[in-house]
Amino acid sequence: MEPFTRVEGVAAPMPIDNVDTDAIIPSKETTSVARTGYGEKLFANWRYLPGARTPDPAFVLNRPPFTDAKILVAGRNFGCGSSREAAVWSLQQFGIRCVIAESYGQIFRNNCIRNGLLPVTLPIDAVQSLLDQLQGTSEPLMAVDLDAQVLTSPTGETLRFEIGPLERDMLLAGADEIGLTLARRDQIEAFRAHDRARRPWVYSGNSN
Amino acid sequence: MTRPTTLVEKIWAAHAVAELGDDTTLLLIDRIFLHERTGGRMLQGVADAGRQVFDSATVLGTLDHIIDTDVGRTDETKFPGGAEFIQTFRDGAEAAGIPIFDIGDPRQGIVHVIAPELGVAQPGLTLVCGDSHTGTMGGMGALAWGIGVTQGEHALSTQCLPAKWPKQMRVRFEGQLGPAVTAKDLILHLIRLHGATGGENSALEFAGEAVRGLSCAARMTLCNMAVEFGAWTGIVAPDETTFEFLRGRPFAPHGADWDAAVAWWRTLRSDADAVFDREIVIDASAIEPQVTWGTSSDQSIGVGEAPPSPAAIADPVARASAEKALAYTDVTPGLPILGLPIEAAFIGSCTNSRIEDLRAAAAILRGRMVADGVLAICVPGSSAVKRQAEAEGLDTVFRDAGFEWRESGCSLCFYNGGDSFRGARRVITSTNRNFENRQGPGVRSHLASPLTVAASAIAGAIADPRDYGAL
Repeated sequence: MEPFTRVEGVAAPMPIDNVDTDAIIPSKETTSVARTGYGEKLFANWRYLPGARTPDPAFVLNRPPFTDAKILVAGRNFGCGSSREAAVWSLQQFGIRCVIAESYGQIFRNNCIRNGLLPVTLPIDAVQSLLDQLQGTSEPLMAVDLDAQVLTSPTGETLRFEIGPLERDMLLAGADEIGLTLARRDQIEAFRAHDRARRPWVYSGNSN
Repeated sequence: MTRPTTLVEKIWAAHAVAELGDDTTLLLIDRIFLHERTGGRMLQGVADAGRQVFDSATVLGTLDHIIDTDVGRTDETKFPGGAEFIQTFRDGAEAAGIPIFDIGDPRQGIVHVIAPELGVAQPGLTLVCGDSHTGTMGGMGALAWGIGVTQGEHALSTQCLPAKWPKQMRVRFEGQLGPAVTAKDLILHLIRLHGATGGENSALEFAGEAVRGLSCAARMTLCNMAVEFGAWTGIVAPDETTFEFLRGRPFAPHGADWDAAVAWWRTLRSDADAVFDREIVIDASAIEPQVTWGTSSDQSIGVGEAPPSPAAIADPVARASAEKALAYTDVTPGLPILGLPIEAAFIGSCTNSRIEDLRAAAAILRGRMVADGVLAICVPGSSAVKRQAEAEGLDTVFRDAGFEWRESGCSLCFYNGGDSFRGARRVITSTNRNFENRQGPGVRSHLASPLTVAASAIAGAIADPRDYGAL
């Protein structure tokens, strides 16, 4: 996984709640087993006019400078709904490295952490302030520094954000979480041996 | 004396392989369920990394997400690219020694319907699947949650997943349910009261008199939509209802294993003085059949009510969201939702497609006809549910009423570019998500119980199942 340390660039405002993963990547767009090719499919139902791949000029990511957005700011419960990891892949492959919202769909958030996309959580007042700033400027630029846990708003204001130390370290290192768990193989096998004596039915049930 | 603990705490402790710090535990995963939408991708990821499936005896797969639900279906799906997903999944599963319930297998069905039906989902198990509605298995007393592809690879490769200790929440539905009020109505009402993020990423235990009285299927409906409430997962403490449901099912414990399992299962309940971070108590007897009006699970009302006006919402983002939802669904605030004309009706999905859902809907449909111009579709949740329904003659009731009677699968719960409602715009549906475009481009989804869907199909408009003699 690519490490995340810092991102600086255009931030796009999406001032609505409950942006679900069906909106981020509609099911009809995931037509291949591959993890690639998702950039142009991001927000397809909102981004393109019905029936064609003609960009809808009203949609934020179709309007310069947001066509180059690296950060997305939304309301509450961003990424709720389906577990589809292509929601994260499509944001990344469009160029988004960081999402800022009041809260997230938990599976989406877990998927972000495991793909090097930073989900920043801020109180709704702070999110609202960022949305107002982004909508009221011709230079919607922001910076997010994970090491310092600080973001810089379009007006130059700095804000601290919280993230758990495990998740922070994993993002900063671009860590292979599966490899870290596999390093505990002996511990896992010992646990299972003990568990098998305690809950034998769990270890015979699926052989029927 | 030991400290009082919650149900989830007991299951958690039985699976804690290691503490990773930051309130995160490496949990042993007892069962992994795969499906053709992401199963092939996960298995390919494991193989590409040069790893192996840790214990294939803990993994099962089914075809549900992509396959057609038409009679005579094959690998050539209406969904473009379906054959690639199906074949990749089969190849990966075969290489890893994982059994899958393929097209034509009598055990095939929607993953969250067949897992309990086959006895795979059991109390106290940790169970994960690449599907956000995996929490459905909480209805059996399992600790089950949905994951993405990368975490799927993690679980397959290591038999473990790191999980952050969740808030402990309990929702007690007290009192008796009114006529035609179902688990679907309870959960929609809860989400309406406390919002689509009201679950606060918690482990949510459903309890109370009304929940104790629910069948396993209804408990699964309740837990199915915990994720729409913003909970990490939902769970109901296992009891005699659960044990009776499981007894004799193919993957359930047998003989001495059964006795040992039941003895442990009986301990899986929150202690009387266990402390929850949040507790909500709801008078279930005051709830009427619910229906959604918007594009978020919390945009729900009783069938006798009218959608609220967004003008009353002070928060600008929340108001803009409600206005966007109203513009999409084209319903009018202040006007009763009852009588709003519908063009299609759908009974199916992991929320409401079990045999008792079909029986309840059939009781309304018997001797009646779907309104002219309404496309009505019933998709049983599993091949076994379909066979059972046919043995009871329910398929005839559905067909005689004008419903299409399909093979089992996820079907039109979501639009994948293939199967569609053929131009119908407004759909009353027993599914779990009313998101924009979820069931098709421009399709407006009104979530409701199978009873309300059946009544509305007959009326040709959103209807109250109590007006159709539903019990």
